[in-house]
Amino acid sequence: MAAKKSPTKKKTVSKRTQPKKTQPKKPAAKKKTAASKIDDNSVWLIGTDMTAFGRYPDQDLVDLGAQVAMNAMADGGVTIQDMDVLGAGTLFQASTGYGQRLQKQIGQTGSPVFNVSNACATGATAIRTVYLSIKAGEADMGLAVGAEQMGKMGLLGGAGSKKEKNVYEPSGREGAVTGTDGYLGTAGMPGVFAQAGMEYANDYDGVGFEQFAKVAYKNHLHSTLNPLAQYRKEFSMEEIMGAPTMSYPNTLLMCCPTGDGAAAAVLVSGERLKSMPKKVQKRAVKISASVLTSDPYTESAQVQPDVNTLTQNAAAQAYETAGVDPKDLDLVELHDCFATAELIHYDNLGLCEKGGAGDFIDSGAPFRDGATPVNVSGGLISKGHPIGATGVANVYEVATHLRGEAGDRQIKGAKVGLAHVIGLGSACGVHVMEKSGL
Amino acid sequence: MAAKKAAKRPAKKSAAKKPARKKATKQIPLVEYLRLGERPYLSANECKSCGARYFDRRNACASCGRQEFKKARVRNGAKLKAFTIVHRAAPGIPAPYVSAIVETDDGTTVRSNVVNCDPTPETVNLGMKLKLTTYPIGKDDEGTEAVAFGYEPV
Repeated sequence: MAAKKSPTKKKTVSKRTQPKKTQPKKPAAKKKTAASKIDDNSVWLIGTDMTAFGRYPDQDLVDLGAQVAMNAMADGGVTIQDMDVLGAGTLFQASTGYGQRLQKQIGQTGSPVFNVSNACATGATAIRTVYLSIKAGEADMGLAVGAEQMGKMGLLGGAGSKKEKNVYEPSGREGAVTGTDGYLGTAGMPGVFAQAGMEYANDYDGVGFEQFAKVAYKNHLHSTLNPLAQYRKEFSMEEIMGAPTMSYPNTLLMCCPTGDGAAAAVLVSGERLKSMPKKVQKRAVKISASVLTSDPYTESAQVQPDVNTLTQNAAAQAYETAGVDPKDLDLVELHDCFATAELIHYDNLGLCEKGGAGDFIDSGAPFRDGATPVNVSGGLISKGHPIGATGVANVYEVATHLRGEAGDRQIKGAKVGLAHVIGLGSACGVHVMEKSGL
Repeated sequence: MAAKKAAKRPAKKSAAKKPARKKATKQIPLVEYLRLGERPYLSANECKSCGARYFDRRNACASCGRQEFKKARVRNGAKLKAFTIVHRAAPGIPAPYVSAIVETDDGTTVRSNVVNCDPTPETVNLGMKLKLTTYPIGKDDEGTEAVAFGYEPV
């Protein structure tokens, strides 16, 4: 535990830029066994699981989380006694001590719980909490669980604050006399993300209703191969564009559903991984970068969420830390809460040239047989979006491909992948993962 | 519900433009940063040090962290930067309506609706020129009328 205090973040970065030079430092005693290639201060995923997303009216949130937690630990060949920390993410039950409730079902070891809630980035934040604990040297191994039970919640965002009062009186930071949603623009999620997409369409050529619809076409198509997806049905472009409009240009088939589900991941330090069985090492997935950002000040973000800048910042940090170029990515799971959102994140994550997101989807690049497969799970649009689970589930998805265990939907030979989530408010989580090669 | 009535109001232009009735209905702006009067306008809190503008109350500037603000009158002319046509609106909100992000002639971003304009993708165009307008959205039990702002095509 924490034996090596050495690499600060900066050192890690510079080391990655010139990996050859640092390697000779390692004592030559152990001759190039697989384990000796593992950096003590690296962080690895050794176990992961997710429920199929959908609706579980007969289970509670602890049932969902317990199941994936136990499966993820079994997947890594470890037990609850090995866990030094638990990161537990849920949005709608954030104040219920979810992690401790979970421990009472899977093992009350007394290890610390971080209950986290960070909008749609909740799951990624749970993972990052465990990652940080390991990086800080306070934990060798930890468990991250993300779970949500939404049932059929319907449209999220806005209008909740409408007052029943019948005498107007200014209140709140805008001095509003009644709810402003619907009068001063929309606060509904389909509309907020529609505007984000339309702003991109305003700034760059070649982006319109059809390009946005293609994103949904792709993700519905991808989901037909994923047994864990909430919906597994292919839709034609006509069906997608002709579906009822929620918030133009987002039609019903371009919006993610609400639902229930959970996902878990077991992370371990490189130092600990060295002493683990070969078969665990072989299936281990390296977390090459774990990044969390918030929205920095931008002029336009004072009246509407800016989902771009914090994603661009997170991506830049992640690529630098991992020493990975967007072109190296074999697959990407990104936050397609709405079709309009996926399109702009092609650009934000540097998957295409600046302003080139329209061409990118038109060229077929993000399809599973394209240059950079995006959301081969079906994405939020079709796989589903139980909010707290999402940021762990997309790490599950990428890791499963890197392990070569994704079944029918496997991206052949996948070595490097990226998982991205964004929550309004705003928070963005990015994880870059690499096949172990051990 | 006040909201239902509101939908239809903007169409009656005369009512919107001049509260002509001499009885002088008492009016209150939907939000404090809307200033009513002969020529309504938006009033922003502008950071004295970096010029960043906010429509809500701020403890300090999100851009530079300083704490001194002054009132700034925002230009009424604007152009459409982004929009969505909301068909599935929150309960009580008439739909479809055009939600918009506009940029005023002095470069301030405002969230609002585009009004007095068909809510169809054929009519609403990115980049179109707009100007501020106001319209009543309902009355409270004491007869005070709430007035919202929107942007209409020029």
